[in-house]
Amino acid sequence: MKSLRFVLTMCWRESRAAPRRLALVMAAVAGGVAAMVAINSFADNLQESVREQAREMLGADLAVTAGTPFSARAEALANELESEAGAVARARVISFVAMVYAPKGAGSRVVQVEAYEPGFPFYGRIETEPAEAFTNLSEGGAVVDPALLGGLGVKVGDTVALGEARLTIRGTIVKAPGDLGLRVAMGPRVFIDLARVKETGLVIFGSRGRHELFFKLKSGGPDPERLADRFRPRFQIERVNIDTVAERERSLSESLGRLGRYLGLTGLLALVLGGLGVASAVNAFLKGKLATVAVLRCLGASAGQIFAVYLTQAAFVGLLGSLVGAALGTVVQALLPQALAGLLPADVRFGISTRAVIAGIGLGLWVSLAFSLLPLLAVRLVPPLAALRQAYEAGRAPRDRARWLAMAALGLSAMGAAFVQSGSLLSAIVFTAALSVALGLLFLAALALMRGVRRFTPQSLPYVWRQGLANLHRPANQTRTVVLALGFGIFLQGTLLVVQQSLLLDLNSEGAASERPNLAFMDIQKDQRAGLESMVAARGAAVRSTIAIVPMRVLTVKGRPVADLLSAPGTAEEIRGRWALRRQFMTTYRDRLTAAERVVAGRFWEKGAGASTAQGTAVPVSITTRLARELEVTVGDEIEWDVQGVPLLSRVTNLREVEWVRFEPNFLVLFPEGPLAQAPQMFAMLARMDDGNARAQIPREVSATFPNVSSLDLTQVLNAAEELVSRMVVAIRFMGLFSLAAGAIVLVGAISAGRRQRVREGVLLKTLGATRAQVLRILTAEYAALGLMSAVAALGLSTAAGWGLMRFAFESRFTLPLGGLLMLASAVVAGTIGVGLLGSREVFRHAPLEVLRED
Amino acid sequence: MLSCEDLTKTYLSGGREITVLKGITFALEAGGFVAIVGPSGSGKSTLLGLLAGLDQPTAGKVVLDGQDLAALDEEGRARLRGEKVGFVFQSFQLIPTLTARENVQVPLELRGQDGRARAEELLDRVGLGGRGHHYPAQLSGGEQQRVALARAFSHRPKLLFADEPTGNLDSTTGATVIKLMNLMNEELGTTLVLVTHDPALATCARRVLRLADGALLSDETLVSAPRTDSR
Repeated sequence: MKSLRFVLTMCWRESRAAPRRLALVMAAVAGGVAAMVAINSFADNLQESVREQAREMLGADLAVTAGTPFSARAEALANELESEAGAVARARVISFVAMVYAPKGAGSRVVQVEAYEPGFPFYGRIETEPAEAFTNLSEGGAVVDPALLGGLGVKVGDTVALGEARLTIRGTIVKAPGDLGLRVAMGPRVFIDLARVKETGLVIFGSRGRHELFFKLKSGGPDPERLADRFRPRFQIERVNIDTVAERERSLSESLGRLGRYLGLTGLLALVLGGLGVASAVNAFLKGKLATVAVLRCLGASAGQIFAVYLTQAAFVGLLGSLVGAALGTVVQALLPQALAGLLPADVRFGISTRAVIAGIGLGLWVSLAFSLLPLLAVRLVPPLAALRQAYEAGRAPRDRARWLAMAALGLSAMGAAFVQSGSLLSAIVFTAALSVALGLLFLAALALMRGVRRFTPQSLPYVWRQGLANLHRPANQTRTVVLALGFGIFLQGTLLVVQQSLLLDLNSEGAASERPNLAFMDIQKDQRAGLESMVAARGAAVRSTIAIVPMRVLTVKGRPVADLLSAPGTAEEIRGRWALRRQFMTTYRDRLTAAERVVAGRFWEKGAGASTAQGTAVPVSITTRLARELEVTVGDEIEWDVQGVPLLSRVTNLREVEWVRFEPNFLVLFPEGPLAQAPQMFAMLARMDDGNARAQIPREVSATFPNVSSLDLTQVLNAAEELVSRMVVAIRFMGLFSLAAGAIVLVGAISAGRRQRVREGVLLKTLGATRAQVLRILTAEYAALGLMSAVAALGLSTAAGWGLMRFAFESRFTLPLGGLLMLASAVVAGTIGVGLLGSREVFRHAPLEVLRED
Repeated sequence: MLSCEDLTKTYLSGGREITVLKGITFALEAGGFVAIVGPSGSGKSTLLGLLAGLDQPTAGKVVLDGQDLAALDEEGRARLRGEKVGFVFQSFQLIPTLTARENVQVPLELRGQDGRARAEELLDRVGLGGRGHHYPAQLSGGEQQRVALARAFSHRPKLLFADEPTGNLDSTTGATVIKLMNLMNEELGTTLVLVTHDPALATCARRVLRLADGALLSDETLVSAPRTDSR
């Protein structure tokens, strides 16, 4: 008890004296906590909003969905469902991709058509400008995304062509429930009345679309979830999915939660970096406290008591920092919706998330305790004798087992924090391991660079530069801490840059651009093929390839009918996961692999293998490894397909890996040439046309002659994809900024740790006749070298990490964005010099005598 | 009150063993005032450190108020210091972040007492009444050493170790400090151990131990009355 009182009193008294150092620790903690609280509050609010808006987002109580028009049995089942549910209203919605062009204008665009039966949505509202435009759709016309107007060069009131139909634009879409900016980026939407679909003539054989039937239930009627569970098995056999508000909300909320948790890991990174700042600040703080500690020991304070004094102080400052951080994070949270604009399905309302705030404060406390523990342990070993002799030769510090324990505790608790944040043990382990490896490598790089500077600084360098560089490896330098913390922030930004640029460059692939197709035509019917080819060629485009596409579904897997597999018991999630059994596959046939494909199991067939397959035996088929996993088949297993009513038995002869990022048509299922030659099929065509103006004209002309054919100017798609990637990167980069800020705080801390020494040295130099300019140059040299070292080490690591990510995670080509990295490095060096000089300005403020007298 | 027997200390320095103290033996009665003198490097400070239990001897033993120091661990010695020992250092060693009064309070607070009144009283005694709220940096060297003295006596120690207490002070201020030490020795019966390289200062003590090269050269008892008026 008396001990506790002493600890608290001393702790309070000690805190009064070093507001600057404590403020630094606070800032280090606050930055990380702010990041965590911001992202977690935001994720909580987003989930809460999704929960509140789920019904509006679905627009109904129950929905049944299929990728193709409903079969007669599915329709009958829907009717049964309707009557059993006591539905008060139902509405059908069909969505599909098509071309729109303006008969009077020049442009054409691929759009997402959504055809609604009047009455939908039952909940929520589709907001349009003018307001009644959507409800008046039954009178004809279309409501479109504003982006389409610009793209086509038309305005409200003009007519556009959609397939065979001519539609007057009645207004623009302001907001539809469940809006995803993602989808808008890939193609503007066109809303029409369901009755117009037939006029367009677009929903025909092989066209991809989404057919949905929505029900509004009587309130107080049967529970929609139980109803869905009961009907699901029968719908599954018809390859129709059934969805309720609760399920939609659950799955959306789950994926959003996961997204939030992973973004939160970047916040945790910032917090860990803040921890490094805490450790370095505490270390520097204690350096000035050794005499005090020794005296207290002389006066009879136990090692434990003194340790407790400073640990309590760390906890107290950490708590203050956490509180400030939590407040800051709550404010920053309001900015996140802008950073994530277009990626969110719901309106996010601003609110304070108690859970996130408490978790943030807890994590802040953890960071301040865990990271000050290591430097604080040294306090226990300060001998009282040090009070007696100022220059007490410390000798070699005794081996302290507690250090290892503290380090183990630090690592384990970091993993614990990552586990709490990500909700997955594997992620936590990967996070901690990756963090340790990155920090370890940065540490080694810092050591190597320090040694290199020491050994290889040329004697011919002017004195000021040599002195500045020597500062990096002199005793009690902060080089390692700064390289570690600053480097980590740069590393994150650098990796992001490498990945982003590689992805975009791979899409663009400027190197091979002159050969790549830049026009794609899809959904070409058999009888349109020749006409289209000659039409495109006549416009000066070179047809690169025409690919046959045969739609089919799985009939049996290893002899078991799909209906059995689909009606196997399972949770709603599991059943929803059986996509491979339900979906329609767009397959093709050829006897060679493309550059994006690689066989990983079995052997690819020889040319002509398909033709030589005997009648009635299984034809060879190649599927992707992912599909093989979904269907639970491997090389040698049999899959039977339903090719538009005709069964086709196949045997898996090899498994492929496909680089999907490449902008080429890729296929999950691939057959040899021959067996499918007579199957009902359509075609996709790739062409190359260099003249940009002429290329822009082609889709429009094609649409006029072949309304069902979608033409894509791939450069446009590329732009949309770039925008999408950029938007996602903005969100991650925003979070990464916290890490960079944490690095900067560590830098400030490091400078402040060496401040006294620095001022003394600067003054000494001035006493010896150095001019201000010379002192300034010494400091500039030091900070420039520090920034450069951090940047070189971090960007080296970024390059390696980026290469690894591209190679293994994205399975795509790696490109080194040299210009971007150089710019990042220059910014870091300039920033380091700026912060460094700002922090050292005291050197110039003191008169020599003032400081020397202080002794 | 304090005795040592065959006290020896060797250090390892650059791989070589250096013996800084060789078989020191003496005993000190309660209320005594001994000065340990010798040139720098003679082992005075090492001896002080061992006597106060700040360090452990290579050989020999120290008994402080009946307690063999070797029988205690570091925490036990800390407790013993907190109860029975006071210190005055050459460089004052006030805790810079604490005010003068709080510095004086620390030993009492370590024992769970408040000590505010006692600290005020002691500061009055050393002539610093009313300066208790000042931080060490706001005090002159002599004032700081007087605060240190007040701190050393605050918990009424049985033993006071003073390591070159006047080393950083001018002669007048130094004399004031020694006078105060003497006064407290008389009033409280505190045993004083003064380490100094200054033979003149040593004459204030009642007994003088001379060290040279780590060995006890002489042990003389001064018959003259302690000189408290000059140095």
